[in-house]
Amino acid sequence: MTVPATTPTTPATPGAATAPAAANTPPAPGAATGAARAPGAGAEALRPHAEDAFADELAALAAADDRPRPARWRLSPWAVATYLQGGVLPDGTVITPKYVGPRRLVEVAVTTLATDRALLLLGVPGTAKTWVSEHLAAAVSGDSTLLVQGTAGTPEEAVRYGWNYAQLLAHGPSRDALVPSPLMRAMSEGMTARVEELTRIPADVQDALITILSEKTLPVPELGQEVQAVRGFNLIATANDRDRGVNELSSALRRRFNTVVLPLPATAQDEVDIVSRRVDQIGRSLDLPVAQEGPAEIRRVVTVFRELREGMTTDGRTKLKSPSGTLSTAEAISVVTNGLALAAHFGDGVLRPDDVAAGILGAVVRDPGTDRVAWQEYLETVVRERDGWKDFYRACREVSA
Amino acid sequence: MTSPAPARPAASARPTVPAASARPAASAPPAGPWLLGVRHHGPGSARAVLAALAAARPAAVLIEGPPEGDALLPLAADPAMRPPVALLAHAVDDPGRASFWPMAAFSPEWVALRWALDHGVPVRFIDLPAAHSLAIEAPAPGAGEAPRAEEGEPSGERAEDEVTPAVDPIRVLAETAGYDDPERWWEDVVEHRSPGGGTGTGGTTGTDSGTGTGDGSGATGAAGGDGGTGAGDEYDPGAALAPFAALAEAMGALREAYGDGDRPRDAVREAYMRIQLRTVRKEFGDAVAVVCGAWHVPALAARTTLAADRALLKGLPKVKAELTWVPWTHRRLARHSGYGAGIDAPGWYGHLFDVPDRPIERWMTKVAGLLRAEDRSVSTAHVIEAVRLAETLAALRGRPLAGLGETTDAVRAVMCEGSDVPLALVQDRLIVGESLGEVPDSAPAVPLQRDLTRTQRTLRLKPEAAERGLGLDLRKDTDAARSRLLHRLRLLDVRWGEPVEGRSGTGTFRESWRLSWQPELSVRVAEAGMWGTTVLTAATAKAESLAREAAALAGITALAERCLLAGLPDALPAVMRALADRAAVDADVGHLADALPALARALRYGDVRSTDTAALAEVAAGLAERICVGLPPACTGLDADGAEALRRQVEAVHGAIGLLDSGPARAEGLRDRWDAVLHKLAARDTVAGVIRGRAARLLLDEGRLAEDEAARLMGLALSPGTPPADAAAWIEGFAGGASGGGMLLVHDERLLTLVDAWLAGIPADRFTDVLPLLRRTFSAYEPAVRRTLGELVRRGPAAGAARGDAGRSVGGFGPGLDRGRADAVEPVLRLLLGRPPEPAGAAG
Repeated sequence: MTVPATTPTTPATPGAATAPAAANTPPAPGAATGAARAPGAGAEALRPHAEDAFADELAALAAADDRPRPARWRLSPWAVATYLQGGVLPDGTVITPKYVGPRRLVEVAVTTLATDRALLLLGVPGTAKTWVSEHLAAAVSGDSTLLVQGTAGTPEEAVRYGWNYAQLLAHGPSRDALVPSPLMRAMSEGMTARVEELTRIPADVQDALITILSEKTLPVPELGQEVQAVRGFNLIATANDRDRGVNELSSALRRRFNTVVLPLPATAQDEVDIVSRRVDQIGRSLDLPVAQEGPAEIRRVVTVFRELREGMTTDGRTKLKSPSGTLSTAEAISVVTNGLALAAHFGDGVLRPDDVAAGILGAVVRDPGTDRVAWQEYLETVVRERDGWKDFYRACREVSA
Repeated sequence: MTSPAPARPAASARPTVPAASARPAASAPPAGPWLLGVRHHGPGSARAVLAALAAARPAAVLIEGPPEGDALLPLAADPAMRPPVALLAHAVDDPGRASFWPMAAFSPEWVALRWALDHGVPVRFIDLPAAHSLAIEAPAPGAGEAPRAEEGEPSGERAEDEVTPAVDPIRVLAETAGYDDPERWWEDVVEHRSPGGGTGTGGTTGTDSGTGTGDGSGATGAAGGDGGTGAGDEYDPGAALAPFAALAEAMGALREAYGDGDRPRDAVREAYMRIQLRTVRKEFGDAVAVVCGAWHVPALAARTTLAADRALLKGLPKVKAELTWVPWTHRRLARHSGYGAGIDAPGWYGHLFDVPDRPIERWMTKVAGLLRAEDRSVSTAHVIEAVRLAETLAALRGRPLAGLGETTDAVRAVMCEGSDVPLALVQDRLIVGESLGEVPDSAPAVPLQRDLTRTQRTLRLKPEAAERGLGLDLRKDTDAARSRLLHRLRLLDVRWGEPVEGRSGTGTFRESWRLSWQPELSVRVAEAGMWGTTVLTAATAKAESLAREAAALAGITALAERCLLAGLPDALPAVMRALADRAAVDADVGHLADALPALARALRYGDVRSTDTAALAEVAAGLAERICVGLPPACTGLDADGAEALRRQVEAVHGAIGLLDSGPARAEGLRDRWDAVLHKLAARDTVAGVIRGRAARLLLDEGRLAEDEAARLMGLALSPGTPPADAAAWIEGFAGGASGGGMLLVHDERLLTLVDAWLAGIPADRFTDVLPLLRRTFSAYEPAVRRTLGELVRRGPAAGAARGDAGRSVGGFGPGLDRGRADAVEPVLRLLLGRPPEPAGAAG
């Protein structure tokens, strides 16, 4: 399974959760390898941090940027927005777009960081949340590594501070025995910290964030001290829309965040492009032969996914029931990749409706009760009538029967 | 940790505005006439107009609008008049030909009107008379649609495309100023002038849109201006008028480049306005203020000769027109968006106009109040953060002040947690708003009343207060028209007639009504005036609006029936659309099953009344399709009551599908799919017994069961392993009730044998459990059937079996033909079938 899902490894995984943006971005070396488990910080970086990969652009922007900068910001808010959305500087430097999506969202995100509210990026898997948060941190603070990866096992030490027990036993509690968390460092240095998958963090650990975000201070009772945040500190958290309820944010914590929901690709063409590109990359890395008639079949898969997701046919004339599954771009990619593998190993190398039908069924019908009805209705009321979809209809009927 | 410092100062930058901000040295006002170019419904324009009027103190105010409305102007000062309202002009002999000049409290025309009335200054409308504009509209093909497009709730969207002007002056100006979005430019330059301050900043622009008849969102402003700040007097007159001068200049340049903007009729209107202006100047001197669309300003200032203008007006067609005020809504103001003067955020503009200061803070407080009322927790801290975010956003975007876009983004991010769902509420209730206008009772009658009176006269149906009954025979034209009128009025909530159960029973061509005209019905008619100018168009518009608002599926099917009864074919597409949409997302098969029969019936009415029912048939087929998919899973795991309800629905759907299949627009393959569903139901063990039995029976009746299949199914259902209660339920489904099940058992002795054997095999202790069920099943049979069955049972199974073996032909009927009896029946049969007697012997 090669769905690029957000992975719980440190640091940020290449390609994961970045499908829409990655397709429009010259991927950093190694970014094309999909969402496989990336090793931690190795001897030779498989994928450099955003601030290193785009150091030139950041420098050019900083040079050209004459607007007021908030304290300890490397760039002005305007320049940060430009860094994310791309553009051409007066001196001719081309800034590549890092995130292709509504400018409105980027502006709200950047503006939030300039106020004293934290930023929460929400979205289904595969909407470039992590990617956006990394680049925001890189552009604002020049450092995207102050990262807390949220998992069900994230301890409070990861949010506050830990102890170096050798030091502690040898010399007793002191500042030297203290191991600061990334957040603590960000506070004291006025940097941007990041928390990935906020909703997976246990509720009691989440609560530790409340004081940090509202009082902007982190008490260290063992030493009778506290660490106060300096200006420039802020926090970007990402969370998965579908994970609501895993560890739902308390309203007290929620209130500390401004929320930006990153959408799925706006148009079918965007999505087809993203899927084709990713499928191509994955296919090459898996040594799959290049399938013919791929584009038509990919378009069909994307159309089915979009229509079911939006609950309406693309011509806007018929409403549909939406199944409970995510049906994200990432899943479309996996359906097509699976279909390609089927076609290559068991078929004649041409991607046919039969190869994708089973995959689509699996992606759509998550809850056998309601989803199956939605899928059947879709088949009977939309697919059956559509020109040129006869073979697809037949294939779907076969696998659903 | 506080917010980074530099972000906020930027937000406080006051609007710095291009051309218009050049504030001339304090001076006496330039000589009149003052041409105050505005944008219709622009609150910034309204403020500017107010300031200019207060500064210049003109001797007369002229407003772009139909001059026939002059007589109605004093009504605007009536305390009972509350904007939004619209000036409605209609042709006397054809109320369907009408146009509207809507205005809200923040419309510049309205502000000017109120100012003039409050200060005792004469005020006149100077646009081309409605008598001409209505007449000009008439002959053009499709012109009939234009006015309707405006009255009709739903057709607003259509209107957008129709009236989009060829040149959008704001767009041109905005592009010149380096903005990509004309609306944003407009907001920055005009609407965001902070109240009470900085009057000199805004250049007021505006497209003129009040192109007489066709484009309804015209000029006149009316009523209610409690919103005006009235703080104008302190301004330096020159400064108050300067923006208009700047704007006139800009418009002049535009018109030089674009001529009349491909709206040739404007030339005629402008000629008329010039003539009016001349007349007024003769009467009052030069101290005259003209409030008109900015687009017209250069034309009004142009020097032309009276003779040339007269020549332009020669030979204009004319109809007899009447005007009145009608109540309007913010929603309908919004509906004219896309058209130069249309606005899509009347609530927001109204807010900008009404608030004395701090518009963003007040707006956010309003939003928070709304969200709290809807049980979302929004704290004061949220409001503070939302305001700060909006202002910082505005700074980031380089705007002088947060606009609607920034506030909406901030509300979404801070108060709605990124979700668009609560935001839709804000959009609906606040940004558009639900404000409903009022007009005083003394306003002239609306055309709808006139149309109703005329129709009543034609149909010889007098409105009388005394209650009386009325029987209608729909086969007669007059009666059919009366029925349609009453049904339409009912749709409009004018409950003049109530249908009552007719004495004649079930005849579809008869209708009985109880009529009583109460005085308050006149008020109802006046209220309904906002839907349209004739009973037909108003009812159509109302039906379409109801369709969009209806929540339940059954409600919409009922509405479809009412549309057919009321003869509103134009409303059907919207109703059908709503029906299809609701059906698609409705997860309860029961609702779909309830909706289908009504639809099938409606299809038949359509046949009878020769309306076009293609759309209806399509929707019905789609509905049937969804039922076919959703029914089998819905039939499992039901209790007795649920199963019984569903059995009734299965029956109803079966009947409806029969109707659909025999109808003119038959859905291909629908019958076969339904049969497949019934087979599935009949064969699946988990389906409730009563439904299984009914499915088997329906299939048997249709001849869709293979030979002996019925017996096999019954054998299965009644086999010893089945709990007796289940089996009894199956029997009830199969042979129960008034469905002629008794006759079936009488004639198919094999089935009777099966039932008999099963009954005899029930253990004594279980028998009392199933007895009530069985009693319910068999007691519904007619006495004769029951007696025959009893005799058959007494005769014993052996006899039946023996007979059944001998050359039985079809489904358990007796062997061979009883020739003597057949001959006796044959002549009657022939008579019934309308066939000539055949030569003897051929019948054998």
